[in-house]
Amino acid sequence: MRISLQVNGQPVQAEVEPRLLLVTFLRERLGLTGSHLGCDTGQCGACTVHLDGRAVKSCLVLAAQADGRSILTIEGVASGETLHPVQQAFRDRHALQCGFCTPGMVMTALDLVEHLEQPDDDAIRQGLSGNLCRCTGYRPIIDAVVDAIRARQAGG
Amino acid sequence: MFPFDYIRPASVTEAIAAHGQGEEPRYLAGGQSLLGALKLRLAAPSTLIDLARLAELRGIRRDGACWVVGAGITHAEMAVGVEIPALAALAGSIGDLQVRNMGTLGGALANNDPAGDHAAGALGLGAEIRTDRRVIPADNFFLGMFETALEPDEVIVEVSYPLPCRAGYAKLRNPASGYPVVGVFVAQTGGEAGVRVAVTGAGACVFRLPEFEAALEREFSPAALAGLSVPAGDLNRDLHATAEYRAHLIGVLAGRAVAAS
Repeated sequence: MRISLQVNGQPVQAEVEPRLLLVTFLRERLGLTGSHLGCDTGQCGACTVHLDGRAVKSCLVLAAQADGRSILTIEGVASGETLHPVQQAFRDRHALQCGFCTPGMVMTALDLVEHLEQPDDDAIRQGLSGNLCRCTGYRPIIDAVVDAIRARQAGG
Repeated sequence: MFPFDYIRPASVTEAIAAHGQGEEPRYLAGGQSLLGALKLRLAAPSTLIDLARLAELRGIRRDGACWVVGAGITHAEMAVGVEIPALAALAGSIGDLQVRNMGTLGGALANNDPAGDHAAGALGLGAEIRTDRRVIPADNFFLGMFETALEPDEVIVEVSYPLPCRAGYAKLRNPASGYPVVGVFVAQTGGEAGVRVAVTGAGACVFRLPEFEAALEREFSPAALAGLSVPAGDLNRDLHATAEYRAHLIGVLAGRAVAAS
């Protein structure tokens, strides 16, 4: 079937098999390998992207379901060489070790930063519960999200 | 996944017509349970009929003494869109953020997972499930494990939740899956329905506890439940919890749900 969607602001058209997962479409057809396929069972969150502005697991979405919609991947987050404030907060807080979970963590963090009113530790922990970090670097990741929410509040 | 065809109809009527033509058709809502099942080859539909974006399923509104939520409303949308605090909190506690952004109310009810949160909310509040052809009271909707009163081609359009005087939901989450090991929804309504207590995660599907309801009708407090217990007999037993532990959790969580209401 033919699908037509926006990926990181660019229009994309493609012929896909209905059973093709969105993550596979992004990685193998568009070469956007920043979204990682970790568990392929919807548990690890490494494949998290935004679908019409909300974080979803791209291994639990068919490319066909994204037809006519807008996708943001980790590749579309920074502005050129300038990191997005959420990425900068991850960098400043050393919120990664091996980096495998990081793209998914950043995409979920972006959703949280946009939708959480206050930098509440419990709400951030809850919000990140769909993303697993096997280096167990959770504390700095939570600190990075707190920083990013504060930065957003300070910036109005 | 085995190969399948994918159709996105423009209306509920078109969806039902498409269902009539498929060899082994299956409706797709948010896909957060179904796609996992397809990967495991637990299901092999010939055609997926995508309902998620149908405008007819996307309403959410107050209607007199009820909140009416479209079947295509996501858990995340419901968590901020329904002014029944216990129900909004329930929707906001399902799975994780990403699942709540895709998963829908209609999909969750039609799937009727034995540990589904929405089943507890619908049965606990005495909701009505409106489909393309009839209205099904929650009391008659949940029939067994992954089994509902829906006909194979029937589509849930919306769910009408009566506004309770008080309601609360308490659960013990499995830390790995996020599903409730046991969850208890308690609601006190103003009308004849009185108090309703619905339990998820503990049996083949959600069920009510008449003894707990009677006790809470006499006195709506956690103390009113003292001395009541549920026989472990038919309750679920698996690697996460014994039937006896689940029976114990029902009493504890019912008390917490009352306290939270």
